[in-house]
Amino acid sequence: MADELLLNIRGLKVEARGEAGWTEIVHGVDLDLKRGEILGLIGESGSGKSTIGLAAMGFARDGCRISGGAVTFDGVELTTASDAERRALRGSRIAYVAQSAAASFNPSLKLIDQCTEVATVHGKMDRRLAQSASIDLFKRLHLPKPAEIGFRYPHQLSGGQLQRAMTAMAMVCRPELIVFDEPTTALDVTTQIEVLAAIREVVRQFGTSAIYITHDLAVVAQMADRVKVLLKGEEVEEAPTRTMLATPKEDYTRSLWAVRSLRAEAKPATVPRAVPILAVDRVSASYGAISVLDDVSFALHPGRTLAVVGESGSGKSTTARVITGLLPPTRGEVRLDGEVLPASYRQRSKEQLRRIQFIYQMADTALNPTQTIRDILGRPIEFYLGVRGKEKEERIRALLRSIELEPDKYIDRLPRELSGGQKQRIGIARALAAEPQVVICDEVTSALDQLVTEGILKLLLDLQKRLGLSYVFITHDLATVEAIADEVVVMQRGRVVEAAAKADLFRPPHHPYTELLLSSVPQMDPDWLDRLLAERAANEGAPT
Amino acid sequence: MGPSSRLPHLPPTVIVGFAIIALYAFAAVFAGVIAPYGETQVVAGEFEPWSSAYWLGTDNLGRDMLSRLLYGARNTVGIAVVTTLLAFAVGGAAGLVAVVLGGWVDQFFSRLVDVLMAIPQLVFALLLLTILGTAIPSLVIVIALLDATRVFRLARAVGMNIVVMDYVEAAKLRGEGWRWLVFHEILPNVMPPLVAEFGLRFCFVFLTISALSFLGIGIQPPTADWGSMVRDNASLISFGDTTPLLPAAAIAILTVGVNFVVDWFLHRSSGLKD
Amino acid sequence: MRPLPKMILQRLGLGSITLFVVSVVIFLGVELLPGDLAQQILGQSATPETVAALRHSLGLDQPALSRYLTWLAGVARGDLGMSLANQRPIADIVSVRLGNTVFLAAYAAVIAVPTAITLGLMAALWRNSWFDKLANVVTLTWISFPEFFVAYILILFLAVRSNVFPSIANIGPETTLPVLLTRTFLPALTLTLGVTAHMMRMTRAAIINLLASPYIEMARLKGIAPARVILRHALPNALAPIVNVVALNLAYLVTGVVVVEVVFAYPGLGQLMVDSVAKRDITVVQACSLIFAGVYIGLNLLADVLSIATNPRILHAK
Repeated sequence: MADELLLNIRGLKVEARGEAGWTEIVHGVDLDLKRGEILGLIGESGSGKSTIGLAAMGFARDGCRISGGAVTFDGVELTTASDAERRALRGSRIAYVAQSAAASFNPSLKLIDQCTEVATVHGKMDRRLAQSASIDLFKRLHLPKPAEIGFRYPHQLSGGQLQRAMTAMAMVCRPELIVFDEPTTALDVTTQIEVLAAIREVVRQFGTSAIYITHDLAVVAQMADRVKVLLKGEEVEEAPTRTMLATPKEDYTRSLWAVRSLRAEAKPATVPRAVPILAVDRVSASYGAISVLDDVSFALHPGRTLAVVGESGSGKSTTARVITGLLPPTRGEVRLDGEVLPASYRQRSKEQLRRIQFIYQMADTALNPTQTIRDILGRPIEFYLGVRGKEKEERIRALLRSIELEPDKYIDRLPRELSGGQKQRIGIARALAAEPQVVICDEVTSALDQLVTEGILKLLLDLQKRLGLSYVFITHDLATVEAIADEVVVMQRGRVVEAAAKADLFRPPHHPYTELLLSSVPQMDPDWLDRLLAERAANEGAPT
Repeated sequence: MGPSSRLPHLPPTVIVGFAIIALYAFAAVFAGVIAPYGETQVVAGEFEPWSSAYWLGTDNLGRDMLSRLLYGARNTVGIAVVTTLLAFAVGGAAGLVAVVLGGWVDQFFSRLVDVLMAIPQLVFALLLLTILGTAIPSLVIVIALLDATRVFRLARAVGMNIVVMDYVEAAKLRGEGWRWLVFHEILPNVMPPLVAEFGLRFCFVFLTISALSFLGIGIQPPTADWGSMVRDNASLISFGDTTPLLPAAAIAILTVGVNFVVDWFLHRSSGLKD
Repeated sequence: MRPLPKMILQRLGLGSITLFVVSVVIFLGVELLPGDLAQQILGQSATPETVAALRHSLGLDQPALSRYLTWLAGVARGDLGMSLANQRPIADIVSVRLGNTVFLAAYAAVIAVPTAITLGLMAALWRNSWFDKLANVVTLTWISFPEFFVAYILILFLAVRSNVFPSIANIGPETTLPVLLTRTFLPALTLTLGVTAHMMRMTRAAIINLLASPYIEMARLKGIAPARVILRHALPNALAPIVNVVALNLAYLVTGVVVVEVVFAYPGLGQLMVDSVAKRDITVVQACSLIFAGVYIGLNLLADVLSIATNPRILHAK
């Protein structure tokens, strides 16, 4: 009996309402889940994984509707059940953990009240019992001060704490199934570990079934027994985790796996030129009274890529702002090819501005929505190089070809007619249009899907080889660093904690923070999390 | 699929709204041509009932109501349009400049607007018109300046959202001057909300000028103006006659029409899912 | 100092400064008068000696700053100066009228506020139903109507043609309450109709905005019944936006009062102001402007303070 299906979804179809009426976004997906089993749902954005997760509760967001198929939970057919029946199941037998805990908690109510509410509303416990159950869960999830933390308001907790509190809220009624919708995506890599470990521990303790939705393959490898891959509302492949990791069958699955193995050509370890193309020399900066950078120094040599790695608050983006002159430093200087740059961009010459170009993280906000591609690429050409008319048009077309977009097709388009990856390519082309020496890439692939990221990184490497560009590559993702960096600088809280050639960085011994960072990146090995936790427990005692 | 498939689906209220606006625009432009009598021409005795000679009767001085209504379209609507345009030019420019230059310029304008908006608009208008007199240029300037404060707030709020966008920063880093930033980067992106606001501001200005005229402090006789026409003929109400309601209704109908159109426009552009 | 009282004091301080600056603006406005005030009162035919004498008695020969300070000091004491038209102390004229205007505004508010909030809530909850669509069209139409239009329609149908209510709201200190309520019903109704439409639209928008929040979706995903979601999750967060809406519209009432008082010949502050403008009785206009501005600023301040006081992030700081 323990093997019977807890959740059985057959031929699920979901439609979403747009300007042109209803369009189908999930095209007949099947899903099985046994008791005590954890199923990972993997897919890129637009794959429908969140929609399917919600459909497992018989729920569709505003503007969506379940248009076909059957969702059976423990014998109850959710698509035809009454509202009351569905409500009775939600929260008590099927629970949901959302992506953003900060937005999903009611700001006006105490956390403990929002947790106990689930139990009291479904008549499972009285308030006092529910409160002690909640506190017990806070303890199991390793929240600090579990007896008191519930009596605070959501805005008084950190992101990682809120995510665990939301998991506690989901487990108060000991549901049989929990849908985790990208619970760690918004967290730093080091915080993610704690939350992942806590979730897995508690789910195992109570034998809960779970659907774990994510786009991160390494994470799903740690959490799930079986993995289902989704693409554009359809299933691509499903297999037990270890099998899926070792021998993926479909091309698409294989390509998802492949991103992590992208590697740049190893550059010869030549003696770097005496004068680096870009030198940041003992820079300190602050916003008002708050110091954000402290004595930061590094050098970038021509034709090479320097990766600046750090988590949120490390100061890596602030360093970029100092280099471009948006934030004048309080101490130190920035030198371009030996020449000291004026602290503020307003004081720099056009030539100086031209030689350093910037590519933004979010292509949506980096391109003026009312300008065509021709305008966007044409302006830097005209402004910096004084080129007009026919020759300008020729150059725009050449740029489009170099970023692998066909000129005739794209030159007259507006940004909103392009995909995320295409917009980012335009961002790259705009930077290239100025014929710079240094290009600063600020988390340029962080907002993109894996496959698209691979394309962008390959493009950047190719351009570097052909044009001899030097890159400052800001990122928080170590896999990207491994893929394209030559030298690496690790930052934490406004300081440089380690600077080394890439090969050296990934070899011990490390600065303790680098150690923490490296070890926190989930690997594609299902046993990785267990090993890491065991290691840490041996080193420090219980993880906090 | 024929050409009708390319038109967006318009709810009936919006169609009515557009029709009203078109009708009024026509009346305003061609008043001189289609009015049967002159604007201030006395044609008969006072308060004549509706007849075939005078379709809507005569007013308190024996002038033809219909003609005065048509001329009123030209005067009242015309003055309101000019005032709104002026308010937009001043308020919009100030708002965008404040956003681009920032710093003390922004602070100065914002504080100034805060103070000016701290006095209710009608009351402030009454105060200023007491001082400056009620000639039409003073009326236009006073209302335009008072209304410019609201346009300033909107232009600044919308501009603030745009100015923090990466593409504006990219333009700054290129070394573009403030003229390029305002005209090429910011302005094209603030147009939709500003256009909608134009409609709303027009309604407000229109109603305010009519109210002031009704109170006797706006457009002065003998100029045909709907607000003062209501005032002139108000005594008819006590006899149960609906004639004084005609100019008031004229005001109401235009405002309704514009409001319907603007409401639909805002609804569409905000992308709210229903 | 704890954050909440500190922010309230800050706002109070800001409000006081604004009122102060406004008083300067009001005073300065008159200073910019082209021509000479005394001359304008007496007309072209007055002799230079008479003009000079009036100037002296009005204190117009003093420098502007000292006149302003004298005026301000007077206001603080409750002495608003003298009416130019009839040489009576303004404070006497104004006090009764202010009371009347406040009564009228309160009468309208008491009816309007609960009605508007309830209707707005209903429209938001039953979004896109026939009720909501009808309400949208009706309120959009209402807010387009000038007050005098609504007033005259009401007079025509409820007073003249059917004689239910009087068309002139003449009241005095001796009017008893029931008579008072009857006579002021039509003006109050006119005001109510305008304000209710605005408030209802704004309430509806605020609630719809609220209902789209992720934590409302989360509450539904916890299996909580719709009624409880609204009462326990939505309403506590709706307090701030609704309070804001109400305060803004009460401030809007201040302006609507003027036209309504004129139409119904109601002896309030608005009618006084309009009459004084027509007579160019500058000192009365100044005094009325100051009072109206003070009420307006006060209401905006109240809205500000209440919205801070209902914000959980400020109430329970980290």
